Amino acid sequence: MMAPLPNQEEELTPGTFLRGLWEENPVFVMLLGMCPVLAVTNSTLNALAMGLATTFVLVCSSALVSLLRHLIPKQVRIATYIVIIATFVTIVDHVIQAISLDLYNALGAFIQLIVANCIILGRAEAYAAKNRLATTLVNSLGMGAGFTIALLSLGTVREILGSGTLLGYPLFGEHFQTWVVMILPPGGFFVLGAWLLLFSWLQQRRARRITEGEEIRVRGS
Amino acid sequence: MSDGPLVEIRTSPHVRQTPSVDQIMRNVVYALVPVCVFSVWAFGISVLALLLVTTLACVLTEQLFCLAAGKPTTVRDWSVVITGILLALTLPPGFPLWMAAVASFVGVGLGKLLFGGLGQNVLNPALVGRAFVQAAFPVAITTWTPPFAEGRFTEFIPSTLTLPFLQPADVSGWLQLRAVDGFTGATPLALMKFEHVATPAMDLFTGMVAGSAGETSTVAILLGGAYLVARRMMDWRIPTAVLASAALTGSLFWWLDPGQYPDPLFILLSGGLMLGAVFMASDMVASPVTPLGVWVYGGLIGFVTVVIRLFGGLPEGVMYAILLGNAASPLISGWTQPRVFGQRSRGGRR
Repeated sequence: MMAPLPNQEEELTPGTFLRGLWEENPVFVMLLGMCPVLAVTNSTLNALAMGLATTFVLVCSSALVSLLRHLIPKQVRIATYIVIIATFVTIVDHVIQAISLDLYNALGAFIQLIVANCIILGRAEAYAAKNRLATTLVNSLGMGAGFTIALLSLGTVREILGSGTLLGYPLFGEHFQTWVVMILPPGGFFVLGAWLLLFSWLQQRRARRITEGEEIRVRGS
Repeated sequence: MSDGPLVEIRTSPHVRQTPSVDQIMRNVVYALVPVCVFSVWAFGISVLALLLVTTLACVLTEQLFCLAAGKPTTVRDWSVVITGILLALTLPPGFPLWMAAVASFVGVGLGKLLFGGLGQNVLNPALVGRAFVQAAFPVAITTWTPPFAEGRFTEFIPSTLTLPFLQPADVSGWLQLRAVDGFTGATPLALMKFEHVATPAMDLFTGMVAGSAGETSTVAILLGGAYLVARRMMDWRIPTAVLASAALTGSLFWWLDPGQYPDPLFILLSGGLMLGAVFMASDMVASPVTPLGVWVYGGLIGFVTVVIRLFGGLPEGVMYAILLGNAASPLISGWTQPRVFGQRSRGGRR
């Protein structure tokens, strides 16, 4: 039997959930899971389906890892995590196939590739293996939501510009000029780059404002 | 205050004149004047509007990015004006103005300023802009209109004035009114590739053909290039290497099968090869710094151009060839560093 891991458990706070959305957003901050982010965001629906599928696998596998964290031998933990993740990926694979074959074909190999998504393995290794079930659930749910939001923010921009539609409904008149490049692979890089630019610009501005505020306070006191 | 030494003693080089960036750039603008004048004469006010819109959009983009970064404006070095003019010259004459503005924004913003501005850009900004609209609006950028159309100085080509985000107006009706002998809207390169019809070399040389706004007249381009070479503001090796390599590669295939492949003279005079070789491949920032490297770089561009033209899906490949050459030029510079005197191995190898 393994000795219990050192106590690094996190208290359950709103931050446990919110960190995944903004401060540690898996896509925009940690730049993890780039493969589905670039590959299946050419429409909003694909992005949403991919985000939900990944969230499901993330939450379920993190929960199981958290429950089994005292039983998994340290030497084979990565292999064990992969087996756990692969189990849930297989479930998602069959579920999507049952719900919509079109969606299944559109997402292609990227459903099976969820197993290699580093967000999920990263959560298992860095969080679920060290924390209680409740905090793990909340944290991985936040991460999944952050991932889904990121996919959606790419998917909507690419679908609106690339096809002139949103979730398949035409937004503009029939004379709208579509930007073909946006639904092609390069469009994924352009839009991701633009979002990253926006976020780092916002963060820099906030950091600058905070330091300026402190300077004023120091001078004032 | 000190008066300084009475006799100034210096080692070489004894440079009398130090051309600044804006002096060189202004001279490039002068060199582009013949091309612009010919283009406006051949295609009318649509090209004039195109030139104005791209130049204005490029300058505004640079100003905007400088403001957003909180840096002093770099618009006054004239380099962005060249980008604007060059971009307009690579677009079809009837290209919608809003798409041209998009190309300017992407070219200057993504191709130049996000890399850090003049001197830091890996790729030629004008070609980045054009490559983006080529991928985004493939139909609009291959819609050609004939030169010397009737009434070109009084009315715009219908597609020019398309409202933003809408599809360009159909030009086929406009073409039918003006086409003298059933103009198909094809450039010499497209005619060659898809219909095996060769255009007379004299027409190509003087610019009596359809094509992008600034690429048609070889004479006007060579005039500008000669001015820059005479003022020593352009490396003559780059256009020479590009053209020589394209001619050599073209000759090889022509010699193998004259029935299927065009002759080397056609390859040199048609499409954007001349404009690209003289004004775009010679971009000082995006080309290698060593003399040997410049030959390699030019050779690569000429070779890739001909390969894309003869075997690719598109009729024209100059743009991609130059972008590829730009991307390879830091590597070429590194490989071709001269041996440092007194050292055995080459200095720059990494």
